[in-house]
Amino acid sequence: MARAVSTRRKLTFTVIGWLVGLMIFFPVLWTVLTSFKSELDAIAIPPKYLFFDWTLENYREVNERSNYFRFMMNSVYLSLGSTFIGLLFAVPAAWAMAFSPGKRTKDILLWMLSTKMLPAVGVLVPIYLLFRDFNLLDTRAGLIGVLFLINLPIMVWMLYTYFKEIPGEILEAARMDGASLRHEILHVLAPMAVPGIASTVLLSVILAWNEAFWTLNLTTTNAAPLSAFIASFSSPQGNFYAKLSAASTLAIAPILIIGWFSQKQLVRGLTFGAVK
Amino acid sequence: MSAIQLTNVQKRFGDVTIIPGLDLTIEDGKFVVFVGPSGCGKSTLLRLIAGLEDVSGGKIEIDGQDVTNVSPARRGLAMVFQSYALYPHMSVRANIGFPLKMAGVAKADIARKVEAAAATLNLTDYLERRPRELSGGQRQRVAIGRAIVREPNGFLFDEPLSNLDAALRVNMRLELSELHQQLGTTMIYVTHDQVEAMTMADKIVVLNKGRVEQVGSPLELYRKPANLFVAGFIGSPRMNFLKGEYAARNGAATVGVRPEHMSISTTGGDIRGTAGVAEHLGSDTFIHIRLDSGEQITARSIGEYRVAHGDPVWLTPEQNNLHRFDAEGRSAG
Repeated sequence: MARAVSTRRKLTFTVIGWLVGLMIFFPVLWTVLTSFKSELDAIAIPPKYLFFDWTLENYREVNERSNYFRFMMNSVYLSLGSTFIGLLFAVPAAWAMAFSPGKRTKDILLWMLSTKMLPAVGVLVPIYLLFRDFNLLDTRAGLIGVLFLINLPIMVWMLYTYFKEIPGEILEAARMDGASLRHEILHVLAPMAVPGIASTVLLSVILAWNEAFWTLNLTTTNAAPLSAFIASFSSPQGNFYAKLSAASTLAIAPILIIGWFSQKQLVRGLTFGAVK
Repeated sequence: MSAIQLTNVQKRFGDVTIIPGLDLTIEDGKFVVFVGPSGCGKSTLLRLIAGLEDVSGGKIEIDGQDVTNVSPARRGLAMVFQSYALYPHMSVRANIGFPLKMAGVAKADIARKVEAAAATLNLTDYLERRPRELSGGQRQRVAIGRAIVREPNGFLFDEPLSNLDAALRVNMRLELSELHQQLGTTMIYVTHDQVEAMTMADKIVVLNKGRVEQVGSPLELYRKPANLFVAGFIGSPRMNFLKGEYAARNGAATVGVRPEHMSISTTGGDIRGTAGVAEHLGSDTFIHIRLDSGEQITARSIGEYRVAHGDPVWLTPEQNNLHRFDAEGRSAG
């Protein structure tokens, strides 16, 4: 039942909503604006908002100094690769936990999540040494492995909450209708879980795309993704904010565009199961 | 076509025993109803036969073949679920055709068989719709269509009508009985509703706490209940149980008498009591009576029977329809 809301109340909430939204969006907006300023305008006090000399100089310089395309391709490989492998493990794991739970299923879920609470820097040295000894430093394969593992718990959790919403009787019906396990997952579970799988994939891609700790520590050039590309513009001679902003804008642009087009899926995915 | 034989079938979930050990023979082509109160293990038993649950012990045979460890898909049984369990992302046509697709039937044959099943079930106009665009009764029909289309060895129904409203339930009951007459295939039907059991079954299996209390035709159970549980479960309104002096006079620990097997009078009779609420159904009147001994019973009178709340009434049970039970609750003839 809809509640009657007075116009004043509606207005207040709308204003507050917009303020919060702008506050969250402001850093991104400021970065994009700064990327079109000259270095002097970028650090001018008082800050210049819209009335400055718009220039593409920074973008040209950023492209001259480093190969954006190569970094971006690395980001694509890493995020898609780790997500794909993650799906191969997360879908069966979530299936088992949702439809054939054991006594310890809840504990396993919590334990998996607990690994996300460990600060990454705590395992930096052992992982670095492992990478060194197995010749994985600065390789895409090594990084895909790490990103896959750090995102796996979240993927399993998200898929699990999705699968939980699917009535078990429908899968049993498929079994009675003669479907093998493969057919059951392929023809019945997967189509019903498409929204959940899609938002899980999106989230995993975004997390892997933006990951900076491991990508910065385990790569130098060959496997370096866009996070390393941004970092390379904060130099020891001082920060060139305009160029840094141009690099950041270039780095986040692809994921921002994907996110914009799939925001409906994402919101649904992140809040799924919360209200029913 | 197949007979189903259960030998010492057991089911435990952890420490909880649902079915302690059960033997049952279901003859080929019969309509068998498992009936019992909730939690009696009837649905679990059906799921064991389906293969959706693994037995903890014992043997299940279909047509003489041991299927105890055979997957549900290979037992050749079709099941209709309480929630219908239709595939929400598929059209009615695809739902009904799914078992055939899984069996690798050629597309043209699938189309032909789906059309035929839809025609039988009055679903022809809805073939392109999704399940969510159908009413409860139509969904139920799709679920049945999905079951009959592949001509299984037997049908399993798990309380299929309990989500329908009363009028529709009566209709579907008739349709299912009709379907059984047409197909002549073994059907096992689980319900907690003894009216469904009485009206549809060739043979009723009354279950209580995972044990078979009695197996028999509806009228056998009605006329000769083996014990107090069956006597109280079969028949509506339920059988009245009288203890104490009246029972002793008839040589039993408990005497059972059905509401329809006693005459009621405002002038005189065997047992005296006080009239309580009367339910007037037009065709019958059910009168709730508190006996002087303190027992609460129900009497049925055909047609209208006028009696005021609080009036004294006398009841006379029909002697040849008395059910006598011993101290353990077993029938004593």
